[in-house]
Amino acid sequence: MGEIAVLLPGLYSTIQDMGRLNFRKFGVPLSGVMDSFAAKKANLLLSNSEFSPVMEITQLGPKLKFSGPTLISICGAFLSPKINDELVNNNKPLSIYKGDVLSFGKRIIGCRAYLAISGGFNSEKVLGSASWYHGITERGLLQKGSLLKFTNFNSPSYNLNSSIKVDTKYISDVKVKVFKGPEYELLTISQQKSLLGLGFSIDLNNNRMAIQLKEVLENELKPIITGPVLPGTVQLTPSGKIIILMRDCQTTGGYPRILQLSENGMNTLAQKVVGEAIKFQLIEIN
Amino acid sequence: MSADYPQIKPMGDKAILIDFEPNIDEKSLEKLLNLKEFVENELVEDKVEVINTFCSLLIIYTHTIENVYDKVLAIKDLVSRANIVKNIDSKIFDIPVCYEEEFGLDLEYISKDKNLKIPEIIKIHTAPVYTVYFIGFLPGFLYLGGLDERLVISRKISPRMKVEKGAVGIGENQTGIYPKTSPGGWQIIGSSPVSFFDKNSNPPCEILAGDKVRFYSISKPEYLQISKKIEQGKFQLKSEKYHG
Repeated sequence: MGEIAVLLPGLYSTIQDMGRLNFRKFGVPLSGVMDSFAAKKANLLLSNSEFSPVMEITQLGPKLKFSGPTLISICGAFLSPKINDELVNNNKPLSIYKGDVLSFGKRIIGCRAYLAISGGFNSEKVLGSASWYHGITERGLLQKGSLLKFTNFNSPSYNLNSSIKVDTKYISDVKVKVFKGPEYELLTISQQKSLLGLGFSIDLNNNRMAIQLKEVLENELKPIITGPVLPGTVQLTPSGKIIILMRDCQTTGGYPRILQLSENGMNTLAQKVVGEAIKFQLIEIN
Repeated sequence: MSADYPQIKPMGDKAILIDFEPNIDEKSLEKLLNLKEFVENELVEDKVEVINTFCSLLIIYTHTIENVYDKVLAIKDLVSRANIVKNIDSKIFDIPVCYEEEFGLDLEYISKDKNLKIPEIIKIHTAPVYTVYFIGFLPGFLYLGGLDERLVISRKISPRMKVEKGAVGIGENQTGIYPKTSPGGWQIIGSSPVSFFDKNSNPPCEILAGDKVRFYSISKPEYLQISKKIEQGKFQLKSEKYHG
């Protein structure tokens, strides 16, 4: 078993997989990677299963020291990754030798990077998933001085030339693709126009549970009888605040659900930092 | 807008929502849970996750649905075929609550506001058989129906930053138990030493939608005794089949 020593934890680093399926009826959040496209690509580059646990890294990356040789890959946000102080690229397999240190520098684009490791991170599974969530898993956030484990020691030269074209345009896209939510039709025509016509920007209040938007939408809609919500559900509060639920969101809610993000829309939104602009783009289901 | 229920519509590209008439009552819940079971059985190969709330079912798919329109039609057809009405198997659980001052932080306030003596409040709160409509909000948080009208009270004007795990509270016409320490705005009347959620068990929550619960009052020494038994893994929540 290989070990990774956490020299610095970064701003908000967690281990995630595709989430905790089948426990929402007990009120357990789905959790899992915020940008599933990037996480899947990172695993694919190493021939891992798409369900292999990866590290989700937010804006400011960690500093990690590896106890043995392996292969890693990084997809999603470009946070200037370095192996032993040498800048490396996203979207390709990278060799790691015993004692190598992976660190990150300046954020160039995006918000969340995904670090995959050959064979996946070896993290305790609770209720069918390795995704960290405070209260369900022992660990909720990467801490300085802690250890992570990985299984595979691949010959570092193996597979290095495998390359997949990774489309990264979605990261900088302003448009977030959405569907009408269950209460969309309750909005006035003018509210609908504002919602889809105006741009919005990411509020300071944003995390794995929900991303709030800075601009408000004038609103007189009352709360609804508590109903089901999902990651990607866009809620409108009585004060006009727009809240987009993300992967760690609760399973039910009482605010009108005005839009529902597509999977692709969620990936784009997961890559936005405070102040960045977005615009909802409606997909019609015929 | 059409007033025909149930309304069946997509919720994004990974889920189908089934809305029933906006009624919160046991008959509607029974209908909902019957349909839930039927849908789960029929769609077992699709590996869907079905959750219910007061008057909705949500069918959640693991992957993006390829043709949402066709899927909605298929679900409509499925729902139209679901005509089975049988009694749902439900259990009734007896939940110990300590209403002593130390835990009943807002009993005094409710007593004044409602002009009820504290023992009366306890008597009214422990009298009904409550219905579990669903579990949501937090892991193991039970949405209960059946609170006596005399105890309906607004939430606190400024929520507490920290409500302890096990706290029993009232918010409007709802009563419930905080499954973990968290911020909260409910009026707190007591504390239960029992935990309903165990991440190491499968299922992690013994109580399910459609089950019934009843509260019974315990003293502080009994509270401590039960807490100790729970720690030693020796406490079993009292439950039996519910016959209505």
